[in-house]
Amino acid sequence: MQFQRSVKKTKPGFIQEIGRNYPLFIMLLPGLIVMLINNYLPMAGVVLAFKKYRLHGNYITSILKSEWVGFKNFEFFFKSPYAYTITRNTILYNVVFIVLGLVVPVALAIALNEITGKRLSKLYQSVMFLPYFLSWIIVGYLAYSFLSIEFGFLNRGVLQSLGLEPVRWYSEPKYWPLIITFFQMWKYTGYNIVVYIAAISGINREYYEAAAIDGAKKLQQIRYITIPMLQPMMIILTLFAVGRIFNADFGLFFNVTRNSGALYSVTNVIDTYVYNALRNSSDIGMTAAAGLYQAVVGCITVSVANLIVRKIDSDKALF
Amino acid sequence: MIRKSIKRNPNQISWLSNALLNLFFILCSIICVAPIILVILVSVTDEMEILKTGYTFFPKVFSLKAYEYIAASGQAIWRAYGVSLFTTIVGTLLSMLITCMYAYPLARSGFRYKTFFSFIAYFTMIFGGGLIPWYMVYTHIFKIKETVWIMIFPYLLNAWFALIMRTFYKTTIHESIIESAKIDGAGEFRTFFTIVLPLCRAGLATIGLFCTLNYWNDWYLPLIFVNNPKMYNIQYLMYQYLLSIQFLSSSSSFSQSSLAFRDLPSESARMAVAVLSIGPIVFAYPFFQKYFVKGLTIGAVKG
Repeated sequence: MQFQRSVKKTKPGFIQEIGRNYPLFIMLLPGLIVMLINNYLPMAGVVLAFKKYRLHGNYITSILKSEWVGFKNFEFFFKSPYAYTITRNTILYNVVFIVLGLVVPVALAIALNEITGKRLSKLYQSVMFLPYFLSWIIVGYLAYSFLSIEFGFLNRGVLQSLGLEPVRWYSEPKYWPLIITFFQMWKYTGYNIVVYIAAISGINREYYEAAAIDGAKKLQQIRYITIPMLQPMMIILTLFAVGRIFNADFGLFFNVTRNSGALYSVTNVIDTYVYNALRNSSDIGMTAAAGLYQAVVGCITVSVANLIVRKIDSDKALF
Repeated sequence: MIRKSIKRNPNQISWLSNALLNLFFILCSIICVAPIILVILVSVTDEMEILKTGYTFFPKVFSLKAYEYIAASGQAIWRAYGVSLFTTIVGTLLSMLITCMYAYPLARSGFRYKTFFSFIAYFTMIFGGGLIPWYMVYTHIFKIKETVWIMIFPYLLNAWFALIMRTFYKTTIHESIIESAKIDGAGEFRTFFTIVLPLCRAGLATIGLFCTLNYWNDWYLPLIFVNNPKMYNIQYLMYQYLLSIQFLSSSSSFSQSSLAFRDLPSESARMAVAVLSIGPIVFAYPFFQKYFVKGLTIGAVKG
């Protein structure tokens, strides 16, 4: 059944290929079924963004029978005050994350590599890698243990002993760009350091020895050997991050902020907006429009980034 | 030999800069573990002490009451632990099998449609239908909402893992091995399970660890799909506790328990649950780290 349906869409030869290589197709089948249900069936739902959603029985009949409204949902969304805020927040945070996520791990990886005690260097790596393995829920707990208004370490341990007024952290937007950035870096810097350390250890030692004989100082070696050797990887990882500039990490913005409404002006991103809209089941059509807006722009940025990556190094490109 | 010659190499940073760098990294390490240590300390601090001084790095009165309380009357927590264990084990095994099987034909140079099927997987990484249609598929067509399967099924095939696995096959399995197995009369499945997979043990470990982490740390699927407290996994249970500690006492198992709400060591118990959920990860950490680094090197450097 599955095969016959797909045969119609593809060129002749496919069916002979199935006949010849049927074990390989059977291996593909479970994965194809999962993607069909989990990824491709929801894609059909993008038409919701162009409809006024009304429940008519099940998913398929509701989508089919709902009335077409063209770009009305998009119009509503872009005229709402959210559209600007969530787009700005998503992009600005990502820009900061991309810059810091490039500079800090590269600098730390180079520095770690210079430490003479290799055991110590490994130990620091292990400790800094640990946050990567914790879920955003746990990170939310860690943040809460510092920021809780009643018991938090910052209010009770630091501000009180300095004789300062406690801060209502979860309702004061002005601190949050810093807090969000801190926890993003806290969770991912160790991971990125490991990636760059792996690349640095792949650089041939002889370059450095030759440079040292020629009298190059440490900083010059870093400037003229390490960084140029890391450059392709830095460019590629950054480009992929740029490609995902329209996607925010839902866990970070949802759990660390405890989804506090008072902070939305600086913490609401497209992903949290769509989730909250689904929960409050306001306007399904408009929410779907916001989701499609993110998906389409995100798809374009990823494709452009991939195109550039392919120009630089075709082996590294995704497709 | 090479190590030794580097050690004696004059091309080494000075004693002072080495000390400064070490100091700097000790500081970084402290920043990375301090929040975790605070949570652990709070979980073993006496409840009255917390009410008096707040969460502190230097508690004066220790108490294991929170853990005793959880052990005695935390059925909801053990149940959630069970749900997490089940989804992690079953999910990891199934998704490893599906991912490995999907990636294998894509790595075969003789397979004519490998680009096409690779693209089908890639495309799921770059475009999605969005949260709302995705939600509707699982609530209206495949009604597995509120069951344990909803916490397993959506993560069964991750295109990124399939990609890493494909690279593993390509770099470790030479086509001639497959050819000779074929000549010896082994079918594709037999070749795959008895020759290819055992050779790719490092790849399997990497994928397996990625999947384990994914499933154990998942809170997103229950957040979207699960309302029934009996189906909460440990991460989502913690999410509920952070929303309101009352949940800890109001969930059915607690209200039946003999302990009154007043005696509940709520602040320390909340942190104790967090510690319990980090526990397995910290124990598995050395293994995780070893294979993650390997996997990252394959995924990021060799491409």
